Amino acid sequence: MATVRIPTPLRKYTQGQEEVTIAASNVRELIDSLESQHPGIRERICDDKGAVRRFVNIFVADEDIRFLDNLDTAVKDSDEVSIVPAIAGGLG
Amino acid sequence: MVAAPQQTVEGPPPAVVQLRQQQALGRPARAQSILELVGNTPLVRLGRIDAQTPGVEIWAKCEFANPGGSVKDRAALRIIRDALARGDLKPGVRLIDSTSGNTGIAYSMVGAALHLPISLVMPSNVSTPRKQVTSAFGTELIFSDPMEGSDGAIVEARRLVEAEPDRWYYPNQYANESNWRAHYDGTAVEILAQTQGRITHFVTGVGTSGTIMGCTRRLHEHDPKIRCLGLQPDDAMHGLEGLKHIPSSLVPPIYDESILDDTIWLPTDEGWDMADRVAREEGLFVGHSAGGNVAGALRVATELAERGEEGVVVTVLCDRGDRYFAPLKWEKHYVW
Repeated sequence: MATVRIPTPLRKYTQGQEEVTIAASNVRELIDSLESQHPGIRERICDDKGAVRRFVNIFVADEDIRFLDNLDTAVKDSDEVSIVPAIAGGLG
Repeated sequence: MVAAPQQTVEGPPPAVVQLRQQQALGRPARAQSILELVGNTPLVRLGRIDAQTPGVEIWAKCEFANPGGSVKDRAALRIIRDALARGDLKPGVRLIDSTSGNTGIAYSMVGAALHLPISLVMPSNVSTPRKQVTSAFGTELIFSDPMEGSDGAIVEARRLVEAEPDRWYYPNQYANESNWRAHYDGTAVEILAQTQGRITHFVTGVGTSGTIMGCTRRLHEHDPKIRCLGLQPDDAMHGLEGLKHIPSSLVPPIYDESILDDTIWLPTDEGWDMADRVAREEGLFVGHSAGGNVAGALRVATELAERGEEGVVVTVLCDRGDRYFAPLKWEKHYVW
């Protein structure tokens, strides 16, 4: 089971959990399982065509999936997967 | 001998006109210090964007023209000047604050110009160029958990200050009255002058809320009928860097929703798409929060135009787009 780190703005879908464990062989499956366990979370990560939103970064073992195989990026049981919004905040 | 065709001269050449316009705004063409060049930014018409809203003009305050490159120069300068005047900043004390970048750049610039030591707490996933652009001024960087975002940086800054209160001056831009006063005494006054008082609507994003609070107070004092709208991302998980989704955030103590006329809830994609559009159509390459602001202004202008009303909508271009270049493949170990 891969460990998935959930960013603060998505923890309302995981009952406040910072990490969840998911069984999946690639990122696409991982997001599918995440959605079935935590309904509503997928829409925040992916657009209506299923692609990862432009402002969301997903890292598998510290590698950005955009530079790997995107949603087809393989996930091993020992991997840590991080979902990170591409922002910090505080302007204005 | 053929006489040269007579040239008709209608006023001075464009460069001189620009210079005179700048002088009229009060921005000096020659300065004793970089700090004299903070504020008095140009106001530019977004004529291609507002072509689709007949009768309603959209104007944007070019805050990227501040010397540190963003609207944050105003708050940082005012915060530091007020702290020096009160004696909160004194020899042996370092300024520390939590910032994602633009405020950090602004503190760093002002600190360097005034020879004051600066330390910044930021999430470790801010972009490498941002780390470099603050450390270039001699600023000390302290990193907080990337998963906790800007709120995590606030918490870490507070922890450090509580551990060694005598070492630090913690201005806390989210709670500092000087933040909004910079806009009350600066930005809003300039907007009133630059629109000759014609402004009917003001729209800008809520981050620390300094810009919207200060401008709203001054504009409402001038004319309570000027509608002042805050703009927030429509969800906690968003990509409008610098803006806050207040319902899911630590609420900035200086934020007072009751003085606003309304709030616009903006999807990230609408802001990002508008940032692309103003670059291509207006020649203004601005950041995502500026794109969000223009998208909000266009929403307001569209509603007015559809009702057949006239208006002058003003918004803020917080910074340039080149602060947000996406990482290149060879930088794949980047942190944003």
